[in-house]
Amino acid sequence: MDLNALVFSFFNLEIAWEYLPDILKGMMVTIELGLVVAITGLVFGMALAVLRALLLRPLNFFIICFADIMRALPPLVVIMMLFFAFPYIQISMSAFTATWLALSLVLAAFVEEICWAGIVSVPKGQSEAARSTGLSWLQSMLYVVLPQAVRLTVAPLTNRVIAITKSTALGSVVGLSEVLNNSQSAMSNSGNATPLIMGAIGCLLIFIPVVLLGRWTETRFRWKQ
Amino acid sequence: MDEILKNFFNISIYIEVAPFLLRGLLNTLLLSALVIPFGLAAGLLVGVLSITLKNRWARALLAIYIDVFRALPPLVLLIFIYYGTPFLGWELPKLLAIVIGFMLNNSSYYGEIFRAGLESVPNGQIEAARSTGLSATQTLIHIQIPQATRNVMPDLISNTIEVIKLTTLASAVAMPELLRVARDAQSLFYNPSPIVLAAIFYLLLLWPLVRILSRFEHKKMGGGH
Repeated sequence: MDLNALVFSFFNLEIAWEYLPDILKGMMVTIELGLVVAITGLVFGMALAVLRALLLRPLNFFIICFADIMRALPPLVVIMMLFFAFPYIQISMSAFTATWLALSLVLAAFVEEICWAGIVSVPKGQSEAARSTGLSWLQSMLYVVLPQAVRLTVAPLTNRVIAITKSTALGSVVGLSEVLNNSQSAMSNSGNATPLIMGAIGCLLIFIPVVLLGRWTETRFRWKQ
Repeated sequence: MDEILKNFFNISIYIEVAPFLLRGLLNTLLLSALVIPFGLAAGLLVGVLSITLKNRWARALLAIYIDVFRALPPLVLLIFIYYGTPFLGWELPKLLAIVIGFMLNNSSYYGEIFRAGLESVPNGQIEAARSTGLSATQTLIHIQIPQATRNVMPDLISNTIEVIKLTTLASAVAMPELLRVARDAQSLFYNPSPIVLAAIFYLLLLWPLVRILSRFEHKKMGGGH
């Protein structure tokens, strides 16, 4: 295959220009979805870990079941359940909502496990000492236990958040117009691979900074045994 | 309640689709058995390269390789390879596209894990091995890699679980693995029970691994409970 043909099908400026708005729109959806998933997943997961620290047996049973199931199921299966199966029991949602909810639940499960491991790693004497100085349970959690637990959890948390935000591409399977879906349909409309290249570059533009941020936190909060 | 039973846990449909889903499960297992060794081997190579390469340019290239494939969502990579290569004039078989995509993605993940493991082996071990007369290669094979592997076992298990979950992405290129078969059955029966059954299969397959991993991780964080 000669160079001109290669340039024509992979780096076609005319087609790139035509589909640029679509790809950019898709990138915006990817970023938006990634941000909301990261926020809801982190908040929900941390709340679950703190609830688990209350050590209420029946509650913990449910939290552990939830965390185990969501860590064992492939995210794409959860998305498909929400999007294709739930409408049969009169719960319909948009592709965005289904992807957001599924990825948030999966992220929350991992966050809960990581934070719980962090909380457990703080010696019991710490919270006992805090309680005996007169702090309430919540205060000792907020001011004594969690700050010590956080250091240990930053690196694994960042890695998990990165992995999940990358999974936003799975939304394309249920027709969410994020960057992959838009570049794929632009590819079939134009019969040219240029939009696919643009989509890949779009993903790199979004996720390379995120990966570098992950590297930075890994060295900044290095695991200390 | 009746509606949930009829649509999610429909026993007669379960019985009817079970043979197909089991075949899908077998494909999922075969696919995992194919991509995990390739990923591990490529990852080990990347890990060894990242501790042995001394040349600045080679190191920079390797770092770029690792970060690019950590930043590209695996589904984007898979779609790119599967739908992009025909424009080059090659019709890649599905399985080959999947194996290549997964290998590129996994080599960077497993690579980072092996690098961390190799770095965790104390220098004294290497010096001692060399002074007993082992060559550098022998030291690597008999001293460094076995210890490194043991040190990062939890991360290796965790990533392997992720790889098994990632095989669901193959459904996006119409590979008849468990999720794809379940989706097809759902449209055939106009009932989402097959998807629920597939989710149950995934749980049965992955839950034990998730449990084992949890135990490892709590040990690693030095949990006192």
